[in-house]
Amino acid sequence: MARIIIDPEVCKGCGICVSVCPIKILKISNIVTNKAGYFVAEVVEDKCIGCCSCAIMCPDSAISVLKQ
Amino acid sequence: MKQLMKGNEAIAEAAVRGGCRAFFGYPITPQNEIPEYMSFRMSEVGGVFLQAESEIAAINMVYGAAGSGARAMTSSSSPGISLKQEGISYICGADLPCVIVNMVRGGPGLGGILPAQSDYFQAVKGGGHGDYHMLVYGPSTVQEAVNIMYDAFDKADKYRLPVMLLGDGMLGQIMEAVELPEMKDVNSFPKKKWATDGSGIGADRRVINSLFIDPDSLEKQNHSLFSKYELLKRNETQYEEYMTEDAEYILVAYGTVARVCRSAVDILRERGIKAGLFRPVTLFPYPTNRLYQIADKEELKYFLSVELSMGQMVEDLKLAVNGKKKVKFFGKVGGNVMSPEEIVDNLVSKIEEN
Amino acid sequence: MEILYKKSRMLTDTPLSYCPGCTHGIVHKLLAETLEEIGAEGNVIGIAPVGCSVFAYKFFNCDMQQVAHGRAPACATGIKRCNPDKIVFAYQGDGDIASIGIAEIIHAAARGENITVIFINNAIYGMTGGQMAPTTLVGQKTTTTPYGRVVGINGNPIRLCEMIATLDGPCFVSRVSVSDPVNVRKAKKAIKKGFENQINKKGFSLIEVLSTCPTNWHMNPVQSLDYVKNEMTKIFPLGVFKDCQEGN
Repeated sequence: MARIIIDPEVCKGCGICVSVCPIKILKISNIVTNKAGYFVAEVVEDKCIGCCSCAIMCPDSAISVLKQ
Repeated sequence: MKQLMKGNEAIAEAAVRGGCRAFFGYPITPQNEIPEYMSFRMSEVGGVFLQAESEIAAINMVYGAAGSGARAMTSSSSPGISLKQEGISYICGADLPCVIVNMVRGGPGLGGILPAQSDYFQAVKGGGHGDYHMLVYGPSTVQEAVNIMYDAFDKADKYRLPVMLLGDGMLGQIMEAVELPEMKDVNSFPKKKWATDGSGIGADRRVINSLFIDPDSLEKQNHSLFSKYELLKRNETQYEEYMTEDAEYILVAYGTVARVCRSAVDILRERGIKAGLFRPVTLFPYPTNRLYQIADKEELKYFLSVELSMGQMVEDLKLAVNGKKKVKFFGKVGGNVMSPEEIVDNLVSKIEEN
Repeated sequence: MEILYKKSRMLTDTPLSYCPGCTHGIVHKLLAETLEEIGAEGNVIGIAPVGCSVFAYKFFNCDMQQVAHGRAPACATGIKRCNPDKIVFAYQGDGDIASIGIAEIIHAAARGENITVIFINNAIYGMTGGQMAPTTLVGQKTTTTPYGRVVGINGNPIRLCEMIATLDGPCFVSRVSVSDPVNVRKAKKAIKKGFENQINKKGFSLIEVLSTCPTNWHMNPVQSLDYVKNEMTKIFPLGVFKDCQEGN
């Protein structure tokens, strides 16, 4: 099992992570915004496989991935 | 021991002895002997010589080298210096030290290759975009050019700005006996903590930059630059006076023209006309205060600015004198240089028109 | 707990000034990770260009110089010649490298300057609001080609890698993309090779990265990645155009 950590204050809600996740466990929130006003990415299901595609593609380095 | 040397080569050797270890240039007459000399001299002293693809590239190589802490210089002539102006503006904006030689030729456009002083405005008023100045020298002999060049890198480093040596083809091509100073020890120069030598990391990393997107920061930078220019005015202003003590007429001239003027003063004195010569050595800072003082002398009738231009330095002279005395002008252009007799005749004719 | 991915320490904490989804950020990460992996920390000088990445001097955790538009290869030359043992990289956009600064990049490449140049090709002038770039595709709409780039009026896009690869000077010339995770990994390999060449004193490396500009392309970030994959690579094919280690 792996875990995705998203820094909501760094995220700009671009949605690239959502589009590249092979198991579709990320989405852009339609509720939560950060200080800059962006709707941010969030993990919706706790079944990350640790492929790091989201983190690799995040332009703002908002995502870290840990192996549990 | 004195030796006979061509101006351009003596200037290049003085730069090497003053600590220059990086030269980036591009061919243009009448300064080619400088890069040619540097092309072998730099390798002898373990420095860097590179003939760039353009003047624009050359000045930006100077930017990079100077920003990383090297004592870097370039040389060119009028049209080439125009091309370098963007880079010079960035160098000034980023507080970088370097040395620039401009062996001025007539203009505008491609102009000619013979001596001129028509880049005075460009040299002392800024030249590129933005509010800035350089420390500008207008030497009149090869020995003086050598002495100035020898210390130019020290001055550039001290104030973190470009030093420009403004000469012309005559100064560059003339052969004169010069005394060359000792080679400075490059290890003795003060360390440049601000330079991007690659070791910076975290809070210690250095940034060379002229972008200040926040208006208050840019305003602060502009004020900071101008506080340096105030220091220059106080510490670096240089001039020479010749027979100005009792003069009724003072010729004001710099560079090679000042040599001709000196002969003119001698002829005028022989004829019983009390003439003198005031020679600015630094063109920025201009010796404003001293000229303002001299203008108070009762016996002084007028100043005559003698230049190889249509009248550029005469504006600074007028600002310095501030209306206290008449300021007249005599110029030759196109690469033509006035003879002492022409200056004498011009001065005498202006006495009569009074 | 094992860390599978985290931000490189060769990036500062300053938030990136790029628009959401702009792939400048991805390339910044690759560059930073590479610098970290090759042990360049405390031994590297970077050059920021003019354009969107003008603020790159704020983002990389190393000594940086910001330089005039197009002049990064000249500036890099000045730095590298005076500091031959330091790692020097230039980061340039398409307008910077292939338009105003094309002389500087060609001559730095021809001299075989021992530097690494990263070229971000997003086919548009982003910082100034979306004007035509030297790499704008034929038919592509920009604020100065409102009806699309027309060959008879605006000329053709420039393929810089192919041009540079004709020279004897450069060691490594490659075009990569950051349109998906697989290509990002390939891009990183190319960037790393560019820096290894420099460390091994093999000379000039140019890595062109096909990149996006969602804001000025008027697309969302994900559509922009597809545009790179489906349209840009037709005109700018990915690949290695010169590699001195492979003898071509």
